[in-house]
Amino acid sequence: MENISALKNLMYRMADDALIIGHRHAEWTGLGPTLEEDIAFSSIAQDKLGHALALYTLLQQLGERDPDTLAFTRDEKDMKCCHLVEMPNNDDYAFSLVRHLLFDTAEKLRYGKLENSSYQPLAQLARKVKGEIKYHVFHANTWVIQLSAAGTDESKARMQAALNEAYPLAFGIFEDSGFEQELIDNGIFVGEHRLQELWLQEVNVVLEKAGLSIPDVTDTSSANGGRKGYHTDHLQPLINEMTEVFRIDPTATW
Amino acid sequence: MADSITYQSLDPRVTRMHIPTNEQANFTPLDDMNHWQTYEVFHQAKTGGRHIHVGSVHAPNAEMALLYAKEQFGRRSVCVNMWVVKTQDILSLATEDADVFATTPEKDFREASGYKVMSKLNAYKKLQKEANTAKETE
Repeated sequence: MENISALKNLMYRMADDALIIGHRHAEWTGLGPTLEEDIAFSSIAQDKLGHALALYTLLQQLGERDPDTLAFTRDEKDMKCCHLVEMPNNDDYAFSLVRHLLFDTAEKLRYGKLENSSYQPLAQLARKVKGEIKYHVFHANTWVIQLSAAGTDESKARMQAALNEAYPLAFGIFEDSGFEQELIDNGIFVGEHRLQELWLQEVNVVLEKAGLSIPDVTDTSSANGGRKGYHTDHLQPLINEMTEVFRIDPTATW
Repeated sequence: MADSITYQSLDPRVTRMHIPTNEQANFTPLDDMNHWQTYEVFHQAKTGGRHIHVGSVHAPNAEMALLYAKEQFGRRSVCVNMWVVKTQDILSLATEDADVFATTPEKDFREASGYKVMSKLNAYKKLQKEANTAKETE
């Protein structure tokens, strides 16, 4: 296959996003706002790690190393996640929820398009995780609307502050990977540019319904870099913490 | 503020919360009216099947109750649909009124199984058979 680098690059971007946001979400486990929400959000975090595992497994089938090695031993500069997923939670549930909404709306559209991918293993995975991602979006939309339009003055103000921070970062999801035309020409994926157009249409409807003002983003490239291995200062500490147990004994089995 | 006076945990997430060690926990209990209400959850395992009560969840409204019902009760077994109903909206008999059911087991005449019909049915079938045999031999 000629376009194997483009395909691998796409799957690394998706897998690393899922791994890192899964880890961020999992940082709430045991500390969530209510018992039910703790369980629901932890379950979403687990789903994300499952998506990362599925993608690393597909990469392994294309000759890359095994999933644990890919997840736990790569250097920060080899990670291809976007800046949005790297940002710390800072004990702010509003930020985690807004990020969850912005990210999962993009995930829903991305996997939706991949159901028709010419690369069959990816198309199959997309069909398999469809229901999970639908639930993630349902969870995100419900919470964001509950704390914004249906919330108190304080909750709405905190959601708006979180949106002001997260929204400009979300454009980094759609950073040009350098492989876009190849992916489009080979029918693997519609490309990040098209995905961003679809995302804007959909996410802005939810934000308007929530009564939040959509931040004016003039320079959408300010959050770029992640896809090329240039990350925020927050990724390396996350990797250190995430891989701490693995590094004690990489050959241990569970 | 030096880290030495905040709580140091083996869990880095807890350490990052900078919880003072020299202070009484200043968590105020929720007011009585400030708790989320509960919703009863009904689970359907098969399309067209009955919804069966499986438990309850805390939620501020029905939509969020459904969101939580899916996670608490829909992830360990096959499920195709769920209902949530506000616990307050359920009217039930008082426990001490359970005696209204006391004589129910005796009232088997209210059940189809309470009627002995098989002997009558068999007698009728036998009669029919005999009639048919008689007709054939004529």
